[in-house]
This record gives sequence, structure tokens and C-alpha cells, in this order.
Amino acid sequence: MTSDPTLHPVGEAPSAATTASIEKRASRRVAFEEAVLPPLVALVLAAVVGDVLILSFGQSPSAVYRLLLDGTWGNAYGFGQVLYKATTLTFTGLAVGLSLRAGLFNIGAESQLAAGGFAAAMVGVLLPAGIPALVCLPIFLLAAGLGGGVVGAIPGVLKARFGAHEVIVTIMLNFIVLALLNYLVSAKFHVPDTLHTPELASGALPRLSDFLEPFHGSAANLTILLAIATAIAVGWYLFRTRRGFELRAVGMQPAAAEYAGVSVAGVTWRALAASGAIAGLGGLNYVLGYKHYYEEGFATGAGFLGIAVALVGRGHPIGICVAALLFATLSQGGLAVNALVPKQMVDVLQAVVILAVATSVPEVRRLLRGARAGASRG
Amino acid sequence: MILLAFLAQTLRIAIPYLFAAAGGTLSERAGLIALALEGYMLGGAFCAVVASHYTESAWIGMLAAVGGGAALSLLYAVCTIRFRADQVVVGIAINLLAIGLTRFFLRLLFDSSSNSPRVAGFQVEGSGTGFGALVQNPLVWMGVLGIVGVAWLLYRTPFGLRVRAVGEHPIAAASVGVPVARVRYIAVALSGMLAGLGGAYLSLDQHQFTDGMTAGRGFIALAAIIFGRWDPKRAALACLLFAAAETLQIRLQGTQALPSQFVEMIPYVLTIVALAGVVGRAVAPTALGRTTTE
Amino acid sequence: MADNSRHPAILLEAIDKSFGPVTANRGADLSVATGEIHALVGENGAGKSTLMRILSGMYAADAGTMEVNGRDVSGWTTAAAIAAGVGMVHQHFMLVPTLTVAENVVLGCELTRGVMLDRVAAEDAVRALSERTGLIVPPDRLVAELSVGEAQRVEILKTLYRGAKILILDEPTAVLSPPEVQELWQVLRSLRDDGGTIVLITHKLDEVIEVSDTITVMRHGRTVARMATRGSTPQAIACAMVGREVALAGDAEYVRGGSSGQASGAPSLLLEVRDLTVAGARRAAAVDALSFDIAPGEIFGIAGVEGNGQTELVEALAGLRRGTGSIVLAGRELIGASVRERGDAGVSHIPEDRHERGLVLDYSVAENLILGQQHRFVRGATLDTRRVLEHARSLIEAYDIRPTDPELPARALSGGNQQKIVVAREMARDFTVLLASQPTRGVDVGAIEFIHARLREAKAQGKAVLLVSADLAEVLALSDRIAVMYGGRFVAVLPRDKATPDIIGPLMTGAERAA
Repeated sequence: MTSDPTLHPVGEAPSAATTASIEKRASRRVAFEEAVLPPLVALVLAAVVGDVLILSFGQSPSAVYRLLLDGTWGNAYGFGQVLYKATTLTFTGLAVGLSLRAGLFNIGAESQLAAGGFAAAMVGVLLPAGIPALVCLPIFLLAAGLGGGVVGAIPGVLKARFGAHEVIVTIMLNFIVLALLNYLVSAKFHVPDTLHTPELASGALPRLSDFLEPFHGSAANLTILLAIATAIAVGWYLFRTRRGFELRAVGMQPAAAEYAGVSVAGVTWRALAASGAIAGLGGLNYVLGYKHYYEEGFATGAGFLGIAVALVGRGHPIGICVAALLFATLSQGGLAVNALVPKQMVDVLQAVVILAVATSVPEVRRLLRGARAGASRG
Repeated sequence: MILLAFLAQTLRIAIPYLFAAAGGTLSERAGLIALALEGYMLGGAFCAVVASHYTESAWIGMLAAVGGGAALSLLYAVCTIRFRADQVVVGIAINLLAIGLTRFFLRLLFDSSSNSPRVAGFQVEGSGTGFGALVQNPLVWMGVLGIVGVAWLLYRTPFGLRVRAVGEHPIAAASVGVPVARVRYIAVALSGMLAGLGGAYLSLDQHQFTDGMTAGRGFIALAAIIFGRWDPKRAALACLLFAAAETLQIRLQGTQALPSQFVEMIPYVLTIVALAGVVGRAVAPTALGRTTTE
Repeated sequence: MADNSRHPAILLEAIDKSFGPVTANRGADLSVATGEIHALVGENGAGKSTLMRILSGMYAADAGTMEVNGRDVSGWTTAAAIAAGVGMVHQHFMLVPTLTVAENVVLGCELTRGVMLDRVAAEDAVRALSERTGLIVPPDRLVAELSVGEAQRVEILKTLYRGAKILILDEPTAVLSPPEVQELWQVLRSLRDDGGTIVLITHKLDEVIEVSDTITVMRHGRTVARMATRGSTPQAIACAMVGREVALAGDAEYVRGGSSGQASGAPSLLLEVRDLTVAGARRAAAVDALSFDIAPGEIFGIAGVEGNGQTELVEALAGLRRGTGSIVLAGRELIGASVRERGDAGVSHIPEDRHERGLVLDYSVAENLILGQQHRFVRGATLDTRRVLEHARSLIEAYDIRPTDPELPARALSGGNQQKIVVAREMARDFTVLLASQPTRGVDVGAIEFIHARLREAKAQGKAVLLVSADLAEVLALSDRIAVMYGGRFVAVLPRDKATPDIIGPLMTGAERAA
């Protein structure tokens, strides 16, 4: 907590008015730097590790990186795949980000995503054929949200009621829910000789290639609009509504939130349930937009990457969308460079990014806060 | 005969759990969440196979597993202790890193995306119940010794006393001159070594490394630690319980008595039940997960 | 060791220590002779504990020199201090609850047999120490199962086990019952008679007189007086502590007990509290069946040493802590009501800890100015940002909060201005009773005056004000009636004209507890 007052020597005292504006600008700049510096550090570090891995495979880093860019942002198909992957990651990133804002860690996005997808697929099987997609959509939203939301509410209630640590409970629930879904699909609902459920009777969302021919073949679909809408809704909820104000207060200073008449237990379970619901909506990307059925392992890893996305996006919806694009680019880029270096390199880089962000956030904050405290005290 | 075979199979399944639970208990008792056991195990499994592939010695493979586990756990320790990064995030990242590194080097060294070539492992002769093979495998003995050793270390040695103090009340420990960070580094490094051995047991037993071969075992070990309320003996019993359930499921396969998925859930359900305090509340070391704020 | 007698056991000179913007010690001195019990006294925040933590190696001083037994030990570590025989018993015990007594005692310098911990030897060592000093504790018990008094004995045993010749005790009696206090004094005297040196940090004057040989008084981080206990009066010490002349003791005429209902002339009672009891962590009851009333237009002050139940009382009134009994505000029963319901019913609360409770430091000034009333600044589901800002601008002007930018995070403001945010928020809402807990702690003189004026204003408007402050002068300056709180109870309730520091001081310190 102590800071170094010797940093930033201070000159003559400015007038009160200019002090105010200087302080305001300084504090905004520090907040911005606090948010943006760690991801930049992480990217640089990832690039260094990437270079080492590429060189160890006897390739030239610049060639590999060029190929990576060409295969993702360089052509419409690759870009479409990036968008498709980013859509799922936006949902899981928003889910984790929302829980983090409430001071909670939802590690369960992996199974919440699957539960949401499964619930939507089941509803889709039950619906009669021929209903317009727009009419079905609210039903699917409800199903996927409920599927993920229930899985999220369990750790929420256990935390609020018994103080059970949400990290452990969500991890354990991942295994339980995935095993349960595995049972349901393999024993009850699968199409014979496959590991997926029957196709939706109606409600499938069009792919982007239906409107823009160059996207042909890529899985990108209109769920991306849903992801953007969800990001806007989460941002609105967090930063505009009273509930969001209370949720963030609980995340930052639970004692102050309690003082302000906020039920910390209530916020806890509601935030985790909402987080699960958002992750659940991510299942629609696959079920409504891509394959139109639920399949085991349709988005393996997207839940855990959601943690990375939320972290790199610094828990802000805009940051999360950008981070989702970044991680989607990496994972699609892995496929693109597979001819030169193993695509598994990307798995390493993603882990390095998470490690570097997690490690540099507290360090950057300490450095910046120390500098600021020194500056404002003088 | 059937009972013996059942016991042998249970023990065989339990060995990697015992290794990881032994290490994890040490780490958690020192205040560091053992979320990366899965990663240490995977790293250990891979290093064991790589080293024994090139040296044709299972023993050197074993040492390599210790080194691999220790390297990953020290990375975890540096991030969380030195840089005060969030333990949960770093733990998850280490797991992802282990997956990524093993996959990458699988391609680099063996040009395969799924498995390594076969390695000899420890030479064991099979027998009827499977016990014969078990007693000939030094790693089985080490697994049992590992958990006993951690219990001994924790409760019978000065280092163990310090580990328990540091995980419970680090400020009090520091006030009497206990080097808190050093104790934590050692505990975490040991946890990585032990879990790495658990991974070596898996890969040497199967005579090859396959991608993602730990398959959640690190988390089952974590479940055993919590269900065993952070006590090595109880954690060991939990490991055996979980392994027995798995054995039962394998034995019952095809009989439709209970879908295998429900048996898989047992460790996790029991852990949640323990955390919710339905049967005797599981209370974690007080300073667990708190390296960020000290 | 031979020439111990030539040097003081402890010699601290011109010690400075700051924590960020807060100065704890400035030029503090301390000289303690070998073989004496030395009382280090001062009000809360006078810098006593910090100075002793520096001596014990927990903190490093910013400036100044330290000598122990004539040796320069400036800037040493905890381990070095322990090795040199300096041991500190902290106010908040440094014990690991899940370990046994013997394990706690030997932690850090364990007895071994081979590579193993020698549990038997450790327990024997504790038993032997117990017999020698009279500090009896079962060595094989878990610390979590001990009473507070026993836990403290373990703390002292810990230091003695490490060979402490200089023992520092920080507020050792705060948590002890009177018989336990007497036992502690006996132990300390026998340690002194064996040649030990003891520094006793306290602000209870009765203890100082009873047990110490020499006294050093600190105020605002400085050493202001040093005197022999023999010949010193509580009044003289209190005077040095507070920094002001206090009248010599007259006959203490005070009203004992709880609900005397001395409303200052007003006919109706606004706040009526009956048998309010709050469970505490250590004591059976942190607040023990308190009853009192506050009339409209009255400031009811609570004086007392911190930790005697004031925090629990205020939090129970605010709804932050569960209590039993009855709290009636303007005829309405509030016990069981939520924080928000109480706020809406007219309870306003300036909490004692603005950094933890009173403010969300990363929220803007404007957002902090609606904290607790966020449900009144809504348009549909959203916060009405324009109204929030208007509200902020008017309060920033009315309460002279600087800088004047409502969008600055509260963290960026000085302590005084942060407190003004809290005061402005709580006084601007529609309230009938104000719970003001340590309203001026850690703020500058200008802000103190301003806040005092606001409290008087509330009184003038006919509000009921409950003022809790560790600063006796503040309580005396503002209150119409003053209750002295000790051990979860009111030991006296005095009208303002009967309340003087020399009457209240001893009551606060429990000196006349049994009288």
C-alpha cells in the first residue's frame, strides 16, 4: 500500500481550478493506462514466446505472422471464421466479465455454454416446423438463458447461502453438467449413429454468407448481432442502471455496498445466475447459426477462453468484444499457419497472454497508483 | 479373487490421484489454491515420456516428470507470490499452458497431434489380479509414500508446522520470523513435483503420452483434497473412494445398472456437498487464495 | 550484557514514520531503563503502536536512531529483534488458531529431534515456562479453543520462549476481564523483578498508575512528556495526553446507568432504544442491553475508549448488524428493518470508516454522493445521471468539496474532502436521526470546524444526533448529554454541564468501574 513519494517531483502549486482539471485528466489517464497497459505487455510477451516457438520449429516468425494475418483478416472466409469464433467468445467473455464486476469468479462458463446450447436444441426439436425465425427467437433466448442461468444460479445460491467458494463449485459443476449432458445426449436424445441431437424444426438463423457472398463457407451468422446486443445490454446494465451501480459497488467494496443498503447475498446469486444465462446464450451461435443441433463438445474451451477474454478486455464490454476478436484471430490463425508451425502454438500463446495480463495487472496498478499518489501529495 | 482384482484396480486408478492430492494438500495448506494440478500432471506425464524415449530409462523419465512439474509450479508460484497475480486466473492459465506446450512439443518432437511413440516404462509382469504388476511398479510405492510423506511433513516436521502457519495466518508467521514467501515457494514446488510424478505414473503405465491424457484427474484430486478437508489422510481416503467408484463403474459397464456418467459425477457432487456444509462443513485454510492482498 | 545498567534498555531518538500521506510518528523519543515497567500512553492515533512496531522490527522508520542495550539497531528486522531479546505482544493476537499452544510458542524456532518436530520437548518447554512465570496454559490445546486471557498468555509465553528481556505489550487489557487484568499485572511485576524490561502501551490511566514505574506520553506522533509514576496524578497524565489544562478533580457527580431519559426540555422523544443487545466476537455481548433516548434537537454524545461496543451499537442502529431489543424512531419500530428501510425511515449514518464503508473509492464524487440513496435517483431502471450530477454540483458547492469536479473518483480527494462527501450526503438526505461515528477522524482542522458546524445545524433543525467519537474534546464540545461507554454498557450518562474531562476520563478508562 505504501507508495514511493520520490517519483514525480512537483513544481509550484497551480491554482485550484487548474489543479482540478489536471487531476481529472491525470486520473482518467491513469485509469486508461491501467486498463490498456497490461494487455499490451501481454501481447509483446506472447510475440516473444511465439518467436521462440516458431524458431524452434525452424521457421521465420515474420512469415508465420504474415500467414496468420492473411488467413484471418486477409480473406473473407478466414474473417468469417474469426467472427464466428469471436461471437461465442463474446458471450462467454461477457459472462465472466459480469461476474468479475460483482467480485465473483465464474469458471463455469464452459458448462453453462453447453447447457444453454442443449436447452435451445431441445426446444428447437419440440417446435413445429415452419415458424419464422424471428418468432422463435425469443423462445430460444429464453431456453438458452435458462439453461445456462440455472447452472450459474447453483453456485450463486450456494455462495450466498453457505459461503461455498464459487470458484470450486463452478469448476466441479463443469464436470457434473458436462457428464449429465453427455448422458442425456448419448442415452436419450441422439440421432442414431451420431453424438448430436436432431436438427431444429425451425428457428435457424441465416449465415452472413446469405447476405454477403464472400463469406461463403464460413460459419459466421446473425448470432453475432445478438452478441453485440448482449454486449450493449451488459454495458448498459453495469454502467447505467441502479442495479448495475449496486453490483459494481459489491464487487469493489462489499462493506460500502452493504452500508448503501444493497443485499450482498442477493447481488451474489443474481450476478452468477445472469452470468450463467449470458454464457448459455453463447450456445445459440452453434445451435441456431451453424449446425442447428446440439453436439457434444461443440465449443470446448470457449468457456475457459472466456476468462481470458474478460481479463484482457478488462471487464468492459467494449474491451471484451475486442479481446474476443483477438482470441478468435489467434485460434483461427493457428489453423492458417498449421502448414508452417503446429497450430498448437496458439494454445501456448493464449496461455501466455492470460498469464502476462494476470501478472502485470497488479504490478501496473501498483506502479501507476504509486506514481499518482506521489504526484498528488506533493 | 474378484475382490482382490477390484482392490488392485482401485489402487491403480487411485495412484495418480494420491500423488496429485498429496502435492495439492501441501500447496493449499500453504495458502495457494491447487488449481493447476491438472497442468503439473500433464507436464509430468509428457516429460516422463520424452525423457524415457530418449534415454530409454523409466527412472530418468521419472526425474524429468519431477522437473516438469516443478517448472510449471514455480511459474505459478512466481506469478502469484512475487507478482501477486490472482491465483485462480494463473492456475487456469497454467493448465492451458501445459495443454498447449505438450501439444506443441508432441508435434515438434514426434510429429504427431495425438500421441507419442511407445516407451518401455517400468518392466512389470502381469498376473491374475493385477496386484503383481502393481507391487513391481516403483511409482505405485512412491504414490503411497507420497501421501504418507506429506502427512508426515505437515504434522511432524518444522517445515510442516510453518506451512500450516503460513496458510492460516501468514502475518503471525511473519511476526515470529518465518520466511513466508520461501515456505510458500517450497510447498508449491513440492506440489508440482508430486503431481508431476502422478502424471509420470499415467504415461509410463500406458507406455505413451496421449494428448490431454490426464482427463481431469487433477481436478478430481482437488475434489479429494476439499472432500478430505485439507488433511492428507482424509484426502487419501477420498482418492480411494473416488477410485473405487470408478472401478465399480468399469466393472459394471454393459450391465446398465448405473450410467457411467453418474459415477463420474460422484467426486464433484460430494465436493459441492462438502462445501455447502451439508455433512460437516469443509473449512479451507484461512489464507487460501490470498496472496494478492498481503 | 555486562554493562546493561549503564545504557538504557531502549533508546529511541527522533523517530519519523509516515504511511503514505498519514504521519504516524514525527520526532518521537523513548528511553526505557532496564528492569522497569514503562507505560507508553496517549490517545488513539498518537503513534504509540507504530513506534513500538518499529522497535520490534515490523516497520522500518523513515528517520531516527534506535538503540537497544547501547547497541545501534536502527532498521533491524523482526528476526534480529527477536534474537536480541525484544518481543512484542500485539493488540490483535499473532496466533495461528489451528495450531496448538506449544506449536504456536515454538513456531519459527522449533525444537527438533533429528529432522522431526519434537512435540514433547516443545510441550515440556511451555510447561516449564508456565511454572516459572505463572502463565498457565495447557500446551496441547488448540489456540482456537482458548479464552482471550489464555491466548494472551500464549503471546507472552511466545516472547519469553524466544528469550525476550524486553517485552512490549500493546493494549494488553483491552480484551481482558478484571481478574485476568490482575493476573497479568502479577506476571509483569514478577518478570520485572527478574530483571525484565516491560513497555506497556495503553490509554487507560488506572493501569498506568497501578502498574508502571515510568511514563512516556505521546501526542500526535510526538513524545510530549516523560515522568515517574510515583507522584504523578491521573489528571496530570490526562493533561499531557490531551494537550490542554484540565481542571483538578472535583467530586464526581454523575448520573449512573442507562435510560434516565434526560431529554433537554423537549417533550417528545425521537429515538427510543430499549435493551439493545448485539452479539460480539469475543465478549458474550458487544452491546449489553443498552437503553437510551434521544430527543429532537439533541446531540447525544458517546465517549469511550474504542472497542467498548460503540461500533457495534451504531451498526446495529443502522441495520448493518443484527441486534435484539427495540429501536423506535418517531414511533416506528426499526428492529429487523433493512438498511434501506431504515434510511427511508429517516436514519442517516456517517460511518466510522469512510474508506471501507462510507465511500466506494473508485466511484466518482457524484456517485458517492448518492450512495445509499441510489434508488431515489432513478428514471425507470437507470440512474438519472443528470439529476445525480445536479445533486452533486449543489452539494459540492454547499459543502465546499474540493476539487469541485463531480466526476473525479473519490480516491483522488484528500481525507477531509472525502469525509465532506460523506457528511454532505448524509446531511442532505431527508432524515430525522443522524448517527455520526468518528465524524472528524483523520481530517484537517478546517474540515473539522465545518463538520462540527453541520452537526450543530442538524441539532438546530430539530434532528436527533448520536455522536460517537474517540476524541473526548469533540464529544464535550458538541453534546447536550454524554454517555460514557465501557464494556458494552453506559457506565454513566451526564448532562453537559456536569461532564468534564477529569470526570469522564477515569470513567472511560474503567477506573471507577466498580465504584
